[in-house]
Amino acid sequence: MTSSENDRPDPDRLLADLQEDERRRQRGRLKIYLGAAPGVGKTFAMLAAGQRLAAQGVDVVIGLVETHGRSETQVMARGIETLPRRVVEYRGTTLTEFDLDAALRRKPALLLLDELAHTNAPGSRYEKRHQDVRALLEAGIDVQTTVNIQHVESLNDVVARITGITVRETVPDSIFEETDEVELVDLAPDVLLERLRAGKVYVPEAARAAIDSFFRRSNLSALRELALRHTAQLVDRRRREDRQMQGAGRLRGPSERILVCVGPSPLSARLVRAAHRMAAVTRSELLAVFVATPAAARRLSASARDRVVQNLRLAASLGARTATIEGDDPARAIVEFAGKHDVTRIVVGKTGRSRLHEILFGSFTMAVIRASHDIDVFVIRGEAEDEASPRAEAPAAPPVRWRDVWRPYAAALGYTCGSVLAAWLVFAPPDLSAEALILILGVVLTASHCGRWPSVLSALLSALAFNFLLIEPRFSFAVTAPSYLFAFVVMIVVGVTLSSLVAAVRERAEAARRREAEVTALHSLMRELADASTVEEIGRSVLGHLRDVVAADLAMLVAAPGEVIGAASLVATHGRTDWLGVDEMAVARWCWDHGKAAGAGTNNLPGTRALFVPLASRRGKEAVLGLHRPETAPPLTPEQRLLLDTFVEQAAQAFERVGMTEERHRAQQEVETERVRSALLATVSHDLRTPLTTITGAASSLVHEGSRHSEEARKELAGSILAQASRLNDLIQNLTFATRLESGDIRLNREWTSIEDVIGAALRRAPLQEHELAVDVTPRLPLVEADAVLLEQALYNLLENAARHTPKGTRVTLRAWVQDAGVVVEVSDEGPGIEASERARVFRRFVRGPHSVGMGLGLAICEGIVKAHGGRIWIEPSQVRGLAIRVLLPLPPEQPRLPEEGEVVTPTPGAERAP
Amino acid sequence: MTGPAPHILVVEDEAPIQAFLRATLVAHGYRCTAVGTAREALMQVTAQPPDVVLLDLGLPDGDGLGVARQIREWSTVPVIVISARGQERDKVAALDMGADDYLTKPFGVPEMLARIRVALRHAARKDATPPAVQTWGGGGPEGFRVDLPRRLVFRRRAGVEGEVRLTPTEFRLLAMFVRHNGKVLTHAEILKEVWGPVHAGEVAYLRVYVGQLRQKLEAVPSLPRWLLTEPGVGYRLVESDAE
Repeated sequence: MTSSENDRPDPDRLLADLQEDERRRQRGRLKIYLGAAPGVGKTFAMLAAGQRLAAQGVDVVIGLVETHGRSETQVMARGIETLPRRVVEYRGTTLTEFDLDAALRRKPALLLLDELAHTNAPGSRYEKRHQDVRALLEAGIDVQTTVNIQHVESLNDVVARITGITVRETVPDSIFEETDEVELVDLAPDVLLERLRAGKVYVPEAARAAIDSFFRRSNLSALRELALRHTAQLVDRRRREDRQMQGAGRLRGPSERILVCVGPSPLSARLVRAAHRMAAVTRSELLAVFVATPAAARRLSASARDRVVQNLRLAASLGARTATIEGDDPARAIVEFAGKHDVTRIVVGKTGRSRLHEILFGSFTMAVIRASHDIDVFVIRGEAEDEASPRAEAPAAPPVRWRDVWRPYAAALGYTCGSVLAAWLVFAPPDLSAEALILILGVVLTASHCGRWPSVLSALLSALAFNFLLIEPRFSFAVTAPSYLFAFVVMIVVGVTLSSLVAAVRERAEAARRREAEVTALHSLMRELADASTVEEIGRSVLGHLRDVVAADLAMLVAAPGEVIGAASLVATHGRTDWLGVDEMAVARWCWDHGKAAGAGTNNLPGTRALFVPLASRRGKEAVLGLHRPETAPPLTPEQRLLLDTFVEQAAQAFERVGMTEERHRAQQEVETERVRSALLATVSHDLRTPLTTITGAASSLVHEGSRHSEEARKELAGSILAQASRLNDLIQNLTFATRLESGDIRLNREWTSIEDVIGAALRRAPLQEHELAVDVTPRLPLVEADAVLLEQALYNLLENAARHTPKGTRVTLRAWVQDAGVVVEVSDEGPGIEASERARVFRRFVRGPHSVGMGLGLAICEGIVKAHGGRIWIEPSQVRGLAIRVLLPLPPEQPRLPEEGEVVTPTPGAERAP
Repeated sequence: MTGPAPHILVVEDEAPIQAFLRATLVAHGYRCTAVGTAREALMQVTAQPPDVVLLDLGLPDGDGLGVARQIREWSTVPVIVISARGQERDKVAALDMGADDYLTKPFGVPEMLARIRVALRHAARKDATPPAVQTWGGGGPEGFRVDLPRRLVFRRRAGVEGEVRLTPTEFRLLAMFVRHNGKVLTHAEILKEVWGPVHAGEVAYLRVYVGQLRQKLEAVPSLPRWLLTEPGVGYRLVESDAE
């Protein structure tokens, strides 16, 4: 966006807007009562407004209002016509719904309709109530409705992150754009909590548990802030639209764009982060700008340039737009750029340069401030990101400097002297009102600039000077006329009153700034905690934010289940750790065991310098936070304590969330293990029993009726015993392999291996006596680095699988060749094959072929072995008949070097004797 | 075989296996003593020296490997170890420690008898000279004949015999297999003897030369009849035709 686009109203746009306006005039008007949480009094406010309008003669009708049996709300609804509800039968329950058709027929001037986010019962005309509202508006009916901030679509994720509850019923943001008025129904969290306790907030019984965690003070505060900001944004957007209509040039809104000045200094990274946090809190767009001055371009070293790029990249990674601009005067360039891009805030760093340096070379920060006009400039403490450098002391307790103490008094003296001098110059008795006014002006100036006591001093001095220098008798403190005495008193009163007022304003501004900083810190902490997935991450994130608030060595301790707090419990630290001695650990343990803060500044074990605070959630104990502050550090201020408590609460919730996720994960794993175990048991018992039945039958037949069988029959029986025993052996073999693969117990004994060797061994063992075997192996295949024993087992399983799933007498083919830097071994058969849809499942454990009586372990083991070798196994899709499974084993980059023939010392002929 | 029936010592702790082995061996004309522990085994070897020891590697009172080593300290009696699949390291260790051969559980009777026969034959030949010419696959259309003293190898393809030219290394390798025919040879054993002790770890040499020998002697090199692979252990040239 450039300024020229905004300077002139676009004619087409204006026309469109006028048409829109016209349409709006015919349409009903929509007013939304927005609340931060249930129970803030939206319905009440809406009904109150309805009563007022009804009293003015407006045709007001209640479409649907949920009073939830609250008497004060019911009273408010009294006297207004209420539409009967539509009765809906749904799955055996009777629901009552808003009757849209009745409302359209009745066509009142204003309809009151609660709960904009409501989802209508199935079978209603529209799925959602906001669609009903649209229909009413289209029909020219004005509508007033209510909604809570958590139902706003675009804030859904934010709300979920804050409260941990995902709201399913949402209202599209577009409805807010069609809204003519949004009224925020605001209630302080404490009052709301009190109302909740007093049972004045309707809570469905089913949602009781969720509601409890929802109605936390921190949640309510965050939601309240969200609601406030959302309303402000809506108002702001409306204002922008209005301004556009009026052709206003430069648009300014309370939350738009933040520009951060980036340089080569490592401080810039911090600056960028701070600006990013600010942008995140105010939902503004962030611009990161580097000004390249011709002079700087010459001076800047390559490494400094790199740092600039790094800082810009950091900004980009945080979602900022980045730009490099050129100009002789960096401050002017920045401000011009800011003006062009509708920037509302400029963030600059505070450099640690001396006053002298600033006077000689000028200060960029000051220059920006001077040039900025109506753009806010935020100066942020520049500090190296270098972790090794110590963090600044707590901002709440800056060291007292004498310069700061005497300077206001000197200024007060200056103002007073000036005003006295001016009064002296205009001295024109007998009427001294002009002189008195000049002196009061001096007092006023002092009061507004120098604080309370200097202005009292100024008032006193001015009064005395007035008396001494100007009032008859001059050059004496005697007072003759009572009016002069009156002027004297007025001067003192004006001085004191004004200075108190100014001081109060200043303090309020200071408090607001501090609160914003706290909210910022809390917000970024919450954001980080929402992303944290391990206990360590939570610890790091909490300590990382806490160190900005409290200058202390910090430690987060979490005891593993069934263990006590000890050195092993440390999950995160900041600063030194040597303060955590035996005594401190004992205090930490006490804190963990008793769930109460202990150590310095508490009543429990106060004999140590360290303070330990427990972190507890609904689940119980989560962690212990340890703070160790140097002896010279001032005690924690109440604000710091409060913030600390908030951090602790947030951290405890995060710990709880992560802990519960882990528990769920563990439970899932257990379920999966249990599934595999029971599947294994089922398969094992089935698959072992089959061959055992054959063996038992054949053997008992031989034992008891051996003489009655012919020689041939006896051989056949013995043969089947042998075959089934061999199958049992295979099963056990596979089970052992499966267990070993499962437990990760298989270590590859890799050595140079000839695939041909392995094929030969597998073929020798495979039960292929009743099949036709075809072997096609490329001669002199290169060697692979593999575990020959495992590989042989894998190939054996493939062959055994082919033998088992195909009819006797069919052909089983084994081929091997070199392809794609690997050796491919293929075992194919002419059996029934496998459906394409089944193919992916074949390699899973305990999946059996349709004709299989064996266990689905063979191919899974095969896959496990091949994968352990870095190879691939797959079912060749191009095979038309039967099944072809291919294994690809990667070839090593080089084949081993063999000694030249004759290079090896040949043993003398005598060596070739029998051993 | 003349003289008294050979005496086999079976060291096996599982009673059913012990009983089956004893019955089978006696049925095949061997004398048989069966013990269940390592201690008894060592006592038996001293008291009544057997001709072959069948030794289970998994014994309750001490590992079979220890028994094999202790026997080898003072006796040259052939030892055939019995172990399960997947314990190739143990087998190699036993073989390198002086055991002569191995059987993988479960095994068939013919396999066991063949191992015992080979072990007895090699033990008997210690002092005698082996036959100069040995033949493999003599009755069929495919096979080969090795004349060690004259360093000649003949191969028969489809009933027609012709001389096979081997490189010196190939011949040394084949000669070693022939001398130990029927018996398993570990990788290290072969490498040490054919390439020298320095090359005992160069399995790749062996892979390549065994492959070459198979190309020259086997009808289907990838489905060998005579020069067999024992995965994870070594190679075995099957017994030559009965002399």
